[in-house]
This record gives sequence, structure tokens and C-alpha cells, in this order.
Amino acid sequence: MSVFNQSRSYIIRILFVVVFLLIIAQLFNLQVVSSKYQKLAQENAVFRKVIYPPRGIVYDRKNRAIVNNTLMYDLMVTPSEVKGLDTAYLCQLLEIDTAEFKARMLNLIFKNGRYRPSALEPLLSNEKYARLQENMWRFNRGFFLQERPVRTYPFNVGAHFMGYIGEADPKIIAQSNGFYQPGDYVGRSGLEAYYERILMGQRGVQFLIKDNKNRLVGNYENGEFDTAFVAGRGLRTYVDVEVQKLAEKLMTNKVGAVVAIEPKTGGIIAMTSGPNFDPSLLTGSNFKKTYGKFVLDVSRPLLNRAIKGQYPPGSTFKPLGGLVALDEGLITPSFGYPCGGRYYACGIGKPACTHSGGGHAATLRLAIANSCNSYFTHVYRMAADNPKYGGVKKGYAKWREYMNAFGLGTRIGIDLPSEDKGNIPDTSVYNKVYRNVWSSCTNLTLGIGQDMMTATPLQLANAMCIIANKGYYYTPHFVKSVDNESKEDTAILSKFRVKHEPLTHISDSAFNAVIWGMQDVVTAGTARGAAIPGINICAKTGTAQNFRFINGKKIELNENSMFVCFAPRENPKIAVAVVVENAGFGSTAAAPIASLLVEKFLNDTLRPESVKKAQAMAEKNLMPSILALEQHIADSARAYKWYEMYKDSSLINKYLNRKSSPTEKKDSDTKQPDKTEPAKKPTPAPQRVAITFRAETVLPEERYIVKRKTPVV
Amino acid sequence: MNRNNVGLSKGIDVIMVWLYLLLVSIGIMAIFAVTYREGDSIVASFFSFQTDYSKQFYFFIIAAFIGIFILLTDSKFFTATANIWYAVGIFFMLLVFPFHSNVKGTESIIRFGGFQFQPAEFCKVSVCLALSKYLSRPDTDFTKGRSQLIAMAIALTPAMLSIMQSETGLALVYFSFFLVMYREGLSPTILVIGFSMAVLVVATIVVEPNTLAIILTAIAGIYAYFNRRQIKRRKSSLVTIIFVWLLCVGVQRFAVPFIFTHVLQKHQVERIFSLFGKDNPYAKGFMAVQEGGDAKKEGVNDYNVKQSKIAIGSGGVVGKGLLNGTQTRYDFVPEQRTDFIFCTIGEGFGFVGTTLLLVIYLILLFRIVTLAERQRSVFSRCYAYGVAAVFFFHITINVAMTVGLAPVIGIPLPLVSYGGTALLTFTILLFILIRLDADRQMVLR
Repeated sequence: MSVFNQSRSYIIRILFVVVFLLIIAQLFNLQVVSSKYQKLAQENAVFRKVIYPPRGIVYDRKNRAIVNNTLMYDLMVTPSEVKGLDTAYLCQLLEIDTAEFKARMLNLIFKNGRYRPSALEPLLSNEKYARLQENMWRFNRGFFLQERPVRTYPFNVGAHFMGYIGEADPKIIAQSNGFYQPGDYVGRSGLEAYYERILMGQRGVQFLIKDNKNRLVGNYENGEFDTAFVAGRGLRTYVDVEVQKLAEKLMTNKVGAVVAIEPKTGGIIAMTSGPNFDPSLLTGSNFKKTYGKFVLDVSRPLLNRAIKGQYPPGSTFKPLGGLVALDEGLITPSFGYPCGGRYYACGIGKPACTHSGGGHAATLRLAIANSCNSYFTHVYRMAADNPKYGGVKKGYAKWREYMNAFGLGTRIGIDLPSEDKGNIPDTSVYNKVYRNVWSSCTNLTLGIGQDMMTATPLQLANAMCIIANKGYYYTPHFVKSVDNESKEDTAILSKFRVKHEPLTHISDSAFNAVIWGMQDVVTAGTARGAAIPGINICAKTGTAQNFRFINGKKIELNENSMFVCFAPRENPKIAVAVVVENAGFGSTAAAPIASLLVEKFLNDTLRPESVKKAQAMAEKNLMPSILALEQHIADSARAYKWYEMYKDSSLINKYLNRKSSPTEKKDSDTKQPDKTEPAKKPTPAPQRVAITFRAETVLPEERYIVKRKTPVV
Repeated sequence: MNRNNVGLSKGIDVIMVWLYLLLVSIGIMAIFAVTYREGDSIVASFFSFQTDYSKQFYFFIIAAFIGIFILLTDSKFFTATANIWYAVGIFFMLLVFPFHSNVKGTESIIRFGGFQFQPAEFCKVSVCLALSKYLSRPDTDFTKGRSQLIAMAIALTPAMLSIMQSETGLALVYFSFFLVMYREGLSPTILVIGFSMAVLVVATIVVEPNTLAIILTAIAGIYAYFNRRQIKRRKSSLVTIIFVWLLCVGVQRFAVPFIFTHVLQKHQVERIFSLFGKDNPYAKGFMAVQEGGDAKKEGVNDYNVKQSKIAIGSGGVVGKGLLNGTQTRYDFVPEQRTDFIFCTIGEGFGFVGTTLLLVIYLILLFRIVTLAERQRSVFSRCYAYGVAAVFFFHITINVAMTVGLAPVIGIPLPLVSYGGTALLTFTILLFILIRLDADRQMVLR
């Protein structure tokens, strides 16, 4: 047994006692001597005021604010402090009844507890604020007005890419690990969501002293316990507000999308989706009203079709098909195809071509300018059946690789959440659909951008950038820089500053052949109307067929009008993709829109005749007629569900009364009498139901409609 | 103590068991005070496993079973397997690197299905056993430098691994084993030098760099002036003074900035600086320069400590009563079930309550030291001091951080904080000690 060093055990004990005495001394100081902590905890002596930081401002390329902040007020209540309240008068000011007031209070106590302030009425309208402000002295026991910055849009543009903000829900709060607290606002979509951490800033807390009448009289302990707020930082974007405004004006009463990109940087100049709306409709007290309406609208105004709309690219795809064949060495720019109006090589005489004979496809340049279907079908088949790879499956796989290099069929990685990737089917998809037996004849319409191929307008615009840049591109993005950029911000933005060179191996001569063909489209081809004097535009029109399933029947709709272009040819500064759904020829709707945007961006102003053209275009209503039918189906189905769930026939009656002559009514609505039999009875159906009701309310036989992803109307 | 008892309770130190039960009960009560909501049926929710206090209660039952199991084993088992436990502990810590899951920003947790496991926590027991084993070897001569180095290596290897897993708080716990080494004969000079280094580091943080360099130079000059006769006799002492001066300035000028910019995480540096009410001067190199200049001084950690101080301070002398604490009951204090549980006691029971809790802890520590000193075998004594050191470190750092005396390091308050792994680790530590103490007449090697 060792007694060695035993004296040290006493030293250790003394150490324990000394350290504990030190801590007890600090506790004595905190709990007994100092009274300021006690006061801080007493909500009736010290008022804990949260200061919400203004969110970061978003600027356009000329440093004009697209989004700014203004102040609004929440009426806050701390239930435990409410005393001697004139409930009736407060309800009168808030325009609610006493029952509603009680329900709200109970809900708040349930959610936040009695001791914490919660918003009784968030984001007061101006009149209510004025009324309350005057009468606040009546309610100063337990009530106060909390200021809160709210978004404003000086130009009223950018609803789709800016996104909107909303109060953080419990899920977000739980996931954020304490970063968000109830009452915080969070970006819910668009740039607001993508750059949330930069825009958000940091909330501050101020402790103010209250006097016995609950008036705030000053800072507690000279602000020793205050935490200052940090304002959200600004974003500098590539957007040109005027081009954006013009784009949104042109897209009014149209379904579709516009994307304009600066090829040299990948910066997005304008992006809108039709139908579009004033972004201020989703701010402050407007939000509740608008959001519900938008969700029920079958034209889906909240959907950003520029990144989520999947369209068959149609003829706009042809330049890419030409480039693939040139790079593979299958054709030369002087390759011609004797098109006689139809493509007969697969025996079925399809697809048809708008031209016949006359050497309209004698060279690649002519074929692009005249948009010859036979030529590009043939070129696709040559690529798929390329003897170099042995077999259509390998040839097709290689062709698909090219498409992915052009950014089709993959997510591009724009700085917006939930981008769609379009569709270039994998070989396995064709294997499955055609049970392993297929040839280049099976999917020959891929050569003219149909079949299963779909692309988003963003992808089409990006493909134009690749052609304009002769092989390279920068990932399309909005944000050029962040104010006071930190290392973390640079990490976010660095991926947009990388030059991607997927196709620089294609020779300049191949690009030039295609680019000249695209210029001919405007000077002598299908889009002569899009020409702008003094600017060489390279473009391609597209008129893509599309189908829609209504009650299980495939209905062919009016073609989508598509247009892609870049300009000027010598030194491309803007690439545009425009899709207008069900508007017919590419040259009639999409081409003028794109042409006007190019003119506005490059010349900074519009010629008088263009102003007239823009006005006419903006006034044109091209809303697909089928929407009215779909809205009717959706509304009546909802009314029917409502009736089933609550036995309340007030909503369904409207539809029952019309039942006397529903057929004629709807036929005239849709202007497609031969294709509307499925809609004769107001059966429950559509996509909206899935959002407004719980999933189980969707009838089983309608499931496949809900599942369909492509909103191709 | 009744020596005639047979079976399980033979030789068991009853005071320790009572102290253990008392502390766990205080813990469950405090967690109850934080998470109980008005209207819940107390009895039903206590057995439901839905609420945190009910979970802690079930953790306690599991821990109690393991404790009884330990009491049923033979003491020789622990001496025999000490090195194996150490190997297992280190193995699991290494396993963390390929298999860790990202929970709450730490990289030290392994997950099997729904079950989380933190090897660094468990490794405390391993180190305690292995260190005791090494020190109690007949051929260990702890007066020799080589043995001291090996002992330090045993204690600090898991600390290194913890730092690599960005768990600096847990790593610091292992430094508490120096207390055991001190008791077994480690020269106090080493501890004094260590303490001086700590003072130097604190001075580096508090005092402006150039001023500190001047102060150090002045101290060296004054020291040399008063010892000028000795220096005249022996030139080597001047060399020593200059060497020490160079070392201090080097630490202050290069080592500390290097650690703050390269070794520690950004948030840890901020915590340390916020403790002294300072801005992090190394922030600019690798952190955002935010708008508003002074505004960023107020970080999240600062908020935690402020809220914690408000909660404790608002308790006053006798406290507000169990369920009446507005600060802790309404989530003003973050992590208040786990690391900041002391706030709940401070707010609910005031100065009287906090002092009482600390006194209970002090009695526990004294009891452990008493137990240590009455052991015949060196192994048991070293182990007991190891337990005392771990408990002491946890209690001190945890309480000191809630009252703003230490930087915020996420370590739990022993036996009181919410959390299954921590409760289990401390139970195992304590019950192995009780088991060893029951056989104190035996000489274990």
C-alpha cells in the first residue's frame, strides 16, 4: 500500500473547494447582489423588442432596385399581460367579431404560450394601422405594434424569378436548428429562397424600460443587453428591368415563358412565365387573398414555366441536330436532301414538310432557313445509325450524350430552386416501351424535336448561348455579385463563374454553317417578321405539336409557338427563348416577342413601329381555350367534393343548374367541338384537386392525370 | 457501514449510491420543469416515453440495470480487461472517421438505425481504466520522465482524436486526467508551467499584442536586473531568461494566432473572445466582413450566455418555484435540457438551490477522494481520482459557462443534464468505482 504523495489529496480537495467557491461567488453576484437580471426577466418592467432586419435588396444590371423594403406593422399580443380589455372595441377596429377574436387568442396561446408575444393580426392594412395607432393607448396592457419590413417592387416585375416570402412554418423552424423563430419570414421560392441566408440578415433584440402605464421610456441599462440587427445583404443581378418589364407586358394573357440570357456571362437578362402577375399581390396582407386564388387557377400562375415548363422543342431543335451530324463527320455544310414534301425513307411518309421540292434543302444552310423536316429527320437517323458505333442503341446513346452536352435532359443548375430537367429518354426507356425492338425509324421525330423529347425554355436559351459562343457556356444565373461578398457567398457563386466547354471540339466552320443558316431564317426563311434593321439576328422558329389527356383521351391541341434566337451574329450579346402555348406558328406569336426583346436590349429603345407592335402583342389574348374547360371541371369537381364532405349544396348548385345545356356551352367555350365529348358531364378530375384537397379525395381513376408532370396545354 | 451484509450490497458505499440517486432525481425534476406543459397528465406522460423527462426516466432505469450488473461483476474483471477497453474505445473513435453522421454540426457521432453513439463520451471510462492500469503496474516508476510521457499519451490520444472530430469540448475533458497524474507524483512544476501558459494565452487575448510584448520584455528586463549578480556568476542563467522570453513572445505572437486561425473552428474562437467581451480579431481572414461594423459583435453564443445569465440571475435568493420560471419555461435559453440545465435550477430555486446543488456535488467529490484514499490497491486509487477529475471538470466547466465564467463548451452537467449516453457514461464510471471500493481489502493489479 502506497502512502506516497498522500498530502496531495488535501491539495486536490482544497482545489475543489476554491473553484466551487469562485462559482458560488459569481452566483451570489448574479442572483443576490445584482437586480438587473431579475428586472430583465420581468416582462412588465422591461420590454423585449425584436427588431426584424430589412431583407437584402435585389438590384438589376443598372443598379435599379427590383425589390425593396417598406415598413408594415403587426398587432402583437402577450396573452398573460392582457388586462381590462375593451374586446368589443378592439374587434370593431380589426373588423372581426368576438368569436373570431377568442378563437385567434386561443390559437395563439396554444401555439406560443401565454408569456410570449404573438401576432394577433399580422401585416395590418394601412387603414387598420391608422385606426389602431390612434387608439393604442386603450390597449397598452398586453398589446403593441411591431414594425416589420415588407417587400415592395418598384417596377412591379419579376414575380416568378424573385419568388415570395412567407412566415416560417414549424417544419422550417425545426430544421433550421434554432436559426429561425416563430414570426420570422423566410424566402419560399425563387431567388428569395435560393439566397435566403444572404438576404435574411440577423434579427436584433432591444430591451426597453416600461413605466407603470406601460409606456416605453428608454433603453434598459443603456442597451447593455441589446443585440443589434444585421441587415440582409443586397444582390446585384444581370436582369435588365426594362427588358423584363417589356417581356412581362408582352406575355400578358398568354401561357408560356420567356428567357433571355447574356451568352458571354450566362447572366439572365429577363425571365418571365405566362400568365404572370404583379409581385406585390403576394406581399403583406394581399398574400392570403391572392395565394388561394392562384392555387385554384388551372392556368397555374405560380408555376415558373421558364424552368418548370417542359415543352417539345420542335423545330427550334434543328440547329442542334445539324451540329451533331457535322461534328460526327456524317454531313458537310453542303450536304443536301431531296425532300419532296414528305419523308418516305421509313415507309410511312411521315413527317410531312411544309415545303416541297425546289431544292429547299439543298444545303444545311437552306435546310435550316426553310426548316425542312425531312432533312433533319434524315440527319437524326444518320447519327443514330452511325456505323462507327454499331447499332442504333449505341448510336442513340452517343446522340443522347451530345444532347446532355447541349444542356438538354439535365438540370442546368440555375440559381432558382426546383428546376426541371426536361427529358431526353435513356436507351432503356425505348427498350422498355418497344420491348427491345426499335430502330431509328421508331423515334425518327426526335430529329425535329418531337417524340419523347422535352426541354425547358431555360434549356433552349442556354443551347442558343452554346451556339452563339461556339461551344462554351456559363451556367445561366441571376446574381452577378453579393454586396460585401464573403467566402461562403463566393462558394455559392463560384459555380456560376466556371466556363463550361462541353462542345468546343465542334469546329468553328460547323458552327458557322449553322449560324449562317439561322441568320437566313430571319432574312429569308420562316421568321422574316422578326428582322430588326441594323442587327443580324440568328434565329429558329418552332411549331411544336402537343397533346393533352382529358379523362383518359388524347386530344391534340393547337401547336405551341416557339422561337429561339441570339443577336447580333458577330458578337452575341443576348440569347432568347420564347414559348407561347397553343398559339400556332412560331413566327406569329413567339417570334415578335423575342424580336422586340432583342431590339429593346440592344438598342435600349424601341422604334415607333415596334412600340405599336408591342402594344398589339400585349393586347392579344392567346390564353388556350381549353383552360376554360379545365377550370370548369376543376371547380365543379371541387364543389362536388365539398358537397360530399359537408352536405352543403351551395357550391354545387351553380353547376347543376347549367346542366340543362352543358354541351353547347362548353363546345363554344373550347372551339373544338369534335374533341370535347369527354367533358360533357362535370366529372371530378383535375390537378387542382390534388392541391386543394387531401390526396385521398382524388378519385382512383383520375390518378394518372394527377401524376402527369408535363403541363403541356 | 454494515460489513455483515451479504451478496450484492456487501461492502457497497451506501452514501455514494444515495448521492447518485439524489443527483439523477434532481436532473429528472429539472428536465420536467423545462419540458412539462400545462394540461399534460403527469403520471401518463411520465411513462409514455414521449416527453423528455419520461425518456430520461427510462434512460435512468437502463443505467440502473447496468449499474447493478457492474456491481455483480468481479473487481478483477476491470483490472484484467482495462487495456482491452482502451483498445475498444480507440477503435470506436477511429471508426468515427469513415462512419460518422452529421448531427448538429459535430462529426463525432456514429448512428446505428435510430440509435446514436458518441465514442468520445464512452472513451472517458476506457482512459480512466487504462491509465489506472498503467500507473498501478509494478514496473511503472512514475518518477521517471518516460513513464510520465506514456501516461500523458494514454490520456491525450483520445483528446487528439476528439479535436480531429471537431469536438474540442470533449477533448478538454481528457486534460483533467492530469489531476490523477499529479496525485501519483507528477511534478507540480509541469502544472505550474501549464498554468503560466494558460495565463499567457489569456493575456494574449485580453491585451493588445504590442503592449503585451513590451510588458513581457519589461518583466524579463526587471528579472535580469534583480538577478544581475547571479548572471555575472553564471552566464547560462541569462541564456535561460532570454530563451523563456523568446518562448513567451513566440507563443503570444505566432502560436496563439496560428491556433486561432488554423486549429480551432470559427465559432469556438468567437466563444473564447466573447467571454472576454472582445471582437474576434482573426475573423477578417476567413470570415465575412458584415455590414454595420460593430453589429456582428453580438453573436449567437453571446446570446446564449446572456439569456442563461438572465435566467439564473432572475431566480434571486430563493427562486420562483419549480414551474414558474418564465425564462427557462418559455425557451429563451437554448439547449436548456442539456448543456444549460443549470439555468432551470438557478431560476426555479434561486441562490439557495444552486448553492445546495453545488454542495451536493462537492460532497460527492469529497466522498470520491475519501474512497480513493482508503484503497489498498494503486489501481483503485488511480481510478477513483480519474472519476473525481472527470466529474470535477464537467461540473466546473458546465456551471462556469452558464454563469459566464468560461467559454461555451458543449459538455453536460453530470447525472443532471438530459441525454442517454452521458447518463450511462457517468453511471458506469461511478459504479465501477463503487464495485472496486467494495473490494478495497484486495490488492488489484
